[in-house]
Amino acid sequence: MLTDLTITAAAGALRRGDFTARELTQAHVDAVAALNPRLNAFITVTSERALEQAEAADAALAAGEAGVLAGIPLAIKDLFCTAGVRTTAGSRILEHFVPPYESSVTANLLRDGAVFLGKANLDEFAMGSSNMTSAFGRVENPWKRVGDAEAMLVPGGSSGGSAAAVAARLVMGATGTDTGGSIRQPAAFCGLAGIKPTYGRCSRWGVVAFASSLDQPGPFARTVGDCALLLGSMAGFDAKDSTSVDLAVPDFAAACRRGVAGLRIGVPREYRADAMPEAMERLWRQGLQWLRDAGAAIVDVSLPHTKYGLATYYIVAPAEASSNLARYDGVRFGRREDGHDLTELYERTRAAGFGAEVQRRIMIGTYVLSAGYYDAYYLRAQKVRALILRDFTEAFGQVDALLTPTAPTAAFAQGEKMDDPIAMYLNDVFTVPASMAGVPAMSVPGGLDAQGLPLGLQVIGRPYDEETVFAVSQVIEDAAGFSAMPAIRAGVAA
Amino acid sequence: MSLDPATVRRIAKLARIRVEAGDVGRLQGELNDILGWIETLSEVDVSGVAPLTGGAQIVLRLRADEVTDGGMAEAVLANAPDRVGAFFTVPKVVE
Repeated sequence: MLTDLTITAAAGALRRGDFTARELTQAHVDAVAALNPRLNAFITVTSERALEQAEAADAALAAGEAGVLAGIPLAIKDLFCTAGVRTTAGSRILEHFVPPYESSVTANLLRDGAVFLGKANLDEFAMGSSNMTSAFGRVENPWKRVGDAEAMLVPGGSSGGSAAAVAARLVMGATGTDTGGSIRQPAAFCGLAGIKPTYGRCSRWGVVAFASSLDQPGPFARTVGDCALLLGSMAGFDAKDSTSVDLAVPDFAAACRRGVAGLRIGVPREYRADAMPEAMERLWRQGLQWLRDAGAAIVDVSLPHTKYGLATYYIVAPAEASSNLARYDGVRFGRREDGHDLTELYERTRAAGFGAEVQRRIMIGTYVLSAGYYDAYYLRAQKVRALILRDFTEAFGQVDALLTPTAPTAAFAQGEKMDDPIAMYLNDVFTVPASMAGVPAMSVPGGLDAQGLPLGLQVIGRPYDEETVFAVSQVIEDAAGFSAMPAIRAGVAA
Repeated sequence: MSLDPATVRRIAKLARIRVEAGDVGRLQGELNDILGWIETLSEVDVSGVAPLTGGAQIVLRLRADEVTDGGMAEAVLANAPDRVGAFFTVPKVVE
């Protein structure tokens, strides 16, 4: 089926003329129509626009001028501004916001001929690990526990709609953003590959801001090689983002073929969580064995400040969010609730426009930045952040990459962990440290647990060394031979 | 450091989020749980450590201080919830 192809295979087939971009897009448009009402992976579907883009791709292919992603159907996380297409950030406050401009990352994808099927659901303002905080409804994970077709699992978050859409074969790839794990954790929960590149590798311009010193766009796909193709298009210097890095974009696809012979792979001992399920523990050991078999040396390392990562994150990210989200004031764009005076207008607008989790985080951020508490909370957190980076810097003096689990567990059911914000936050215990350090990290599916749900392994690399991350991830993908498919997917009766 | 109801109301005021009287207690509990949890950072020895503000390897660039963009009032105003001509509107601020 066309919807089961990888991007790499489809790009080759389009060039050979095995099928047209229009046919490929139509197959995915049909899949979206059939399954999105159930999965709710998209907030906004742009089928007509997608078919027009597909026809333009066919013309470019015929003329021999096609970009690397010509005719490839993608989902765009609804955090990327798309010119003329509603961009909500999963929030009521932006329910009717239509950006007059295109984000740099999506502009790069369009330059290379990609087709956008729509805007993918997400936790509100990317704050969440389950996609349950979206103002546009929950997303169903297309994977099911063996023998339990009833239980609705979460796709992870915050890029939950992106992950569900790729897993269910509604699209071939998707963009996400990762602030503390928002690409890697949903990739793990949905059996996908997903990479958060080094902070600065992809432009943040036109991406609705959550925590600016952490936010980083990246791709999802069903294979490591497809992620390499997508990241190669998305990445690149952008003068409009002051933290964009002015480095050439390497050939990530070529890096996937490097292998790991002679590499040193670190195992951080602090990532052995007390309550890690046996299947996760076993997969981690298996992953290390795969790398050993491929010629890598496995080395024990220590990242002593790991256990402070989450607490540091839950000071730094809300602090930055409280500042970034100050712009939603009911005056210049977005929802407005009337008030007798300006303050009342602000307060009513923000109370009505933001959901509970966003309000909580704005208030935590406001508090840790407020007079008298700034040093005790925010400044201290920034110092601990420096220590977390130092841990990674010292580890990368001994090893070329690290291998860890992506998340402590497989996907959980909708409604679980909802009463206790901290239980939800603990999902990100293994992904947050790499975010705090700004280093690249990828989740790659390694196998299934006893309930038939995918588990992910995380490969963490040195700053700007996504190439090694891809090389290691590809070896894991090849060894794992992960071929399981979700219960709900295009072409399978739901 | 535990928040009392008055502090919760003060934070909400600073954040410009209206909190109904009946919600203060719930918010107080949630915020205190989170603050109690992040309290673990107080056990880290950070003496002599310089704070890290952002991406580790980033050196912010300078550019010439010149106008590079503009002249797009319509695009800027396109999403305004209320406008008069080329202006955003707000409730009367000065009596």
